[in-house]
Amino acid sequence: MQELKVLLVDDEEEFVTTLAERLSLRGMATRIATDGEQALRAVEADPPHVVVLDLMMPGIKGTEALRRIKAGHPGVQVILLTGHGSARDGIEGMKLGAFDYLMKPLRLEDLLEKLHEAGRLAQAAQGNS
Amino acid sequence: MSRLERFRSLFRTALDVPEEIAPERYQALRRKITLLLTTAAVVPLLILSVINYHQYRATLTREIVTPVRGLVNKTRHSFELFLAERASTVSLISQVYTPAELADERNLNRIFRAVKGEFPGFIDLGLINENGVHASYVGPYNLKGKDYSSADWYQQTRVKGVYVSDVFMGFRRFPHIVIAVQRMTDDGHSWVLRATIDTGQFDRLIASMGLEPESDAFLVNTAGVLQTASRFYGAVLDQLPLPMPPMTYETATLETTDPAGRDVFITYTYFQHADFVLMAVKPRADIFKPWTTLRSDLILLFVTSVALILSVAFGLTDLLVRRMRASDERRIAAFVQMEHTQKLSSIGRLAAGVAHEINNPLAIINEKAGLASDLMELAKDFPERDRFRALVDAILRSVERCRSITHRLLGFSRRMDVNIEQLDVNDVLKETMSFLEQEALHRSITTSVSLDPAMPRIASDRGQLQQVFLNILNNAFAAVPDGGSVTLATWLRDPDTVGVSIKDNGKGMSDEVLRHIFEPFFTTKKTSGTGLGMFITYGIIRRLGGDIAVQSKEGAGTTVTVFLPVKAAPTATLGS
Repeated sequence: MQELKVLLVDDEEEFVTTLAERLSLRGMATRIATDGEQALRAVEADPPHVVVLDLMMPGIKGTEALRRIKAGHPGVQVILLTGHGSARDGIEGMKLGAFDYLMKPLRLEDLLEKLHEAGRLAQAAQGNS
Repeated sequence: MSRLERFRSLFRTALDVPEEIAPERYQALRRKITLLLTTAAVVPLLILSVINYHQYRATLTREIVTPVRGLVNKTRHSFELFLAERASTVSLISQVYTPAELADERNLNRIFRAVKGEFPGFIDLGLINENGVHASYVGPYNLKGKDYSSADWYQQTRVKGVYVSDVFMGFRRFPHIVIAVQRMTDDGHSWVLRATIDTGQFDRLIASMGLEPESDAFLVNTAGVLQTASRFYGAVLDQLPLPMPPMTYETATLETTDPAGRDVFITYTYFQHADFVLMAVKPRADIFKPWTTLRSDLILLFVTSVALILSVAFGLTDLLVRRMRASDERRIAAFVQMEHTQKLSSIGRLAAGVAHEINNPLAIINEKAGLASDLMELAKDFPERDRFRALVDAILRSVERCRSITHRLLGFSRRMDVNIEQLDVNDVLKETMSFLEQEALHRSITTSVSLDPAMPRIASDRGQLQQVFLNILNNAFAAVPDGGSVTLATWLRDPDTVGVSIKDNGKGMSDEVLRHIFEPFFTTKKTSGTGLGMFITYGIIRRLGGDIAVQSKEGAGTTVTVFLPVKAAPTATLGS
């Protein structure tokens, strides 16, 4: 099983860098983006297995970024982060093809579990293509 | 400003009272309305009564005085007829017989007896020659040869031809009048035929008027000398103590006061051909007896009406003002309720906003602490590793606590996935109750239920209702001591609303606590509660279109009543 490539997208830089480091410590290849544009460019440059995408960001909205990622790279799995604790954004995101959604602050175990599930799905899909 | 405009504004300002609910406000209003109502009713009544009073009085006076006037008029005619008859008789005798025939006393006596037989009242008859000396006389007195040449009546007869005297006593000390007629012989000698008439006839005429004992009638001459005896004002030839009324040819009435101090009506008439005035005097009290009765009736009616108006005005105003006050109070209560709802919804929004904003820094803290922990675990040699691990774990536990709070707050205020179905409130309640059966058993808490079996099914969210009932039941259980009791009841309040009440006999709440019970983070369970239970409960019930009321008394327990709509509220699916 190859190294899991993860793209973390959040405008909170402190949050995203720290989380990236923690995931790297756990053997994942992590990159970060702090807004929608950056995220899209990063996906274009090298499609990751999983994108962890914050829904509340300035510039391109999370749902919009999700739509574009799924349009260009259907095999890339997206886990949504919501600060609202609201199921609505999550359900809406799921309808747009997101893998799952999580609420901030994260429990790292929950995230790791979801990342591995999504990663397996993505590697399977990308391996097939 | 037009007159109408001014009147209107006067009315408006008259009933203008300050807005706030103060007892003085309603007193002022009551005073003003009562005054206005009373004035509007009493003033016209008063005017009407005064007009009636005067009208009735005038009419009655006319009604009473008119017959008296008629009587006086008739009696005057009788008098005039009496005098005219006597005068004609004397005149006729003087024309039919020559002076020579009348000078013969036998002839004169025969004529006198015939006349006396036909016309009562004649006392004597005599012929006076041109020297003014009684030439012949028949009658009860010895007057033959008496010289009248200087007597007033003789002089007047010589001038006027016919003379009717006032009443006088003359030589005989007995009231009588004289009728004298002058004649001229063909050879130019003048002579006078004179008769005296007994005024007893006058008294009979007066008596025939049939007056009441308090009334009086008499004849006076224009000089005010009584010609007949009066009941109250003197004997014949006395001076009448009343002033003479002004001369008029009509029968007239005037009001005056007599010397005895009685208020009297005098009805009088002047004679056309003689120097007499006939007067009838009636005391005013007599005339006004029917009037006085009527007047007391009128006054009684007026007083009764005013009393009635006053009582109606007071009663009506009282009712009106009390209604007004009640409705004002209801309105203010509704405002307070609205304000409360508004406040809670603002607090809810604020709490959700704060929770959302806190989540990001919380996530950072979480990750930083997590990374710190990761790095520590990876380091081979880390001094004070155990202490450090304890510190980081404490941070992470606190973050976890915050997380659960913010998630509950957000979940409350942004929860959208309401799942409306037709459900039986009794079922939901029983189901929820079953969660607590173990605790009830354990703490020997008595639970009694009185559920209305005829409850309609309502459109609502089962899960959220369970959360609501569980929350309230938890509070009830927390409030009662071991062995306490919790009572559940459901009923149909109206066709559109069902009621659910949960009552405990626990420690109850103070008013101060009751005021804050729906606010977030307000808790009396210092150690175990988050203070979100009732806040979330309130939010759910409002979203389901229902209402919640809490009644509590310290030491006497608490009753929480939830009202739910039978039909789903539109807000249940739209959210905030």
